[in-house]
Amino acid sequence: MFPFIFEWIWDPSHMVFMGGLWYALGIIGLGMTYCIVKAAVDTVQGKGGHDH
Amino acid sequence: MDSALIPNGVKRCSFWQFYLFIGAVGVVLLWGVLAMLLIWLKGLNQTNMNDAYGFALWIWADLAVIALGGGAFFTGFLKYIVGKDELKNIINYAVLIGFICYSSALLILAIDIGQPLRGWFIFWHANVHSMLTEVAFCLSCYFAVLTIEYIPLILENRQLDKVPFFHNLSHNMHEVMAVFAATGAFLSFFHQGSLGGVAGVLFGRPFAYREAFFIWPTTFFLFTWSAAACGPCFTIMLTRLIEKVTGKKLVKQNVIDLLAKIAGWMLLTYIIAKTIDTLYWANVTVPELGQTLAEFYSDNALYKMYFLFLEIGLFGFVPALILVTKKGRNNGFLLISAVILAVLGASLNRWVMVLQVMAVPVLPFESWNLYFPSWQEVATTILPVAYGVILVALSYRYLPVFPQEKALNPIDG
Repeated sequence: MFPFIFEWIWDPSHMVFMGGLWYALGIIGLGMTYCIVKAAVDTVQGKGGHDH
Repeated sequence: MDSALIPNGVKRCSFWQFYLFIGAVGVVLLWGVLAMLLIWLKGLNQTNMNDAYGFALWIWADLAVIALGGGAFFTGFLKYIVGKDELKNIINYAVLIGFICYSSALLILAIDIGQPLRGWFIFWHANVHSMLTEVAFCLSCYFAVLTIEYIPLILENRQLDKVPFFHNLSHNMHEVMAVFAATGAFLSFFHQGSLGGVAGVLFGRPFAYREAFFIWPTTFFLFTWSAAACGPCFTIMLTRLIEKVTGKKLVKQNVIDLLAKIAGWMLLTYIIAKTIDTLYWANVTVPELGQTLAEFYSDNALYKMYFLFLEIGLFGFVPALILVTKKGRNNGFLLISAVILAVLGASLNRWVMVLQVMAVPVLPFESWNLYFPSWQEVATTILPVAYGVILVALSYRYLPVFPQEKALNPIDG
């Protein structure tokens, strides 16, 4: 049993499928976390001019 | 009335004119919502689906919008990974179209599963031997990627951009967009392919079945290839449509020319591969499985041999040959004809791989299963079109979707 899926079995099919899902979700989550945290830090530091 | 929200330096129609248009399209949207509610409240008995047609009009629409929404991942791949920087002038619109297509696909699936409250079962009780599970995973994740790609455009609205946090967030998201675009390309490759794979592994249905490389039938690769070829054609087609509606030039010809040229070569190589695959299937696979090609195109009122010629010839080789030639791309009529034909080609291919697959008899005592959708199915299939028109209209009015619009349409005075 794996905490994130009810019928988890340690076999290649589960590892490939769920590994792919968590890999994609991981990149999306980390990417967005970086953007939001950096935006918050930039805002606190007074950045926010029209520079892009 | 809403002039403070409209981007600087561009002209838009009056508030009343715009919202009259939105209201008119909204009536169609409400018709679709009514059908959707009927299906959710009363069940799938509101459709004409039956034991022979577990996949019907919705699944064709689903596969078609996913293929045509492929313009977003392929344009993103070309811009962020390959480095075709000119495409920055059309990427916003490609992302918007992709967002509409994928949100529509998810909406259609939410209607199709009958009990949307159990939609999360596919993640919790994942059947890891099903290509459709992989499609569900990739569709959900890729929709998240498209939302992330669409958010910076929303944040660039004139009023939102004044908020420092939103301005910084939009700036940061642009900086790491290549990572999201690469993830989107990875996810798209697999879900576009698996949608083709679903048909290709049906060894009990010789009409759909294809030979496999390792575990992937040839339809896996052909579906991804056709989405990468026809998705950009759909983006070009809708760019020309919005230019016609607004009466403005919104994207420079060199940008359209580049995208059309790449789409043309993708389409030409795809249709050559498709032809080889079809010849092998017709001459080797089908006879080995005990049927003949003629059986798939006779003894019924709709599916005749012309389907094959339309898909490969008129909707395949003809647009491909137009798009790979400079003369073809520079002629406005030929360009728009080619992209429309390519879009029809992808749509027809998905129709054949969903609906004709269901229609062809597989046992000697069976006859053709022809089906006609109920009005609820038609209304819910048109619903995403109305939703798409409204979202494109709102985005065009309030967001800087086309970076070249200002330069191409200077306002006097």
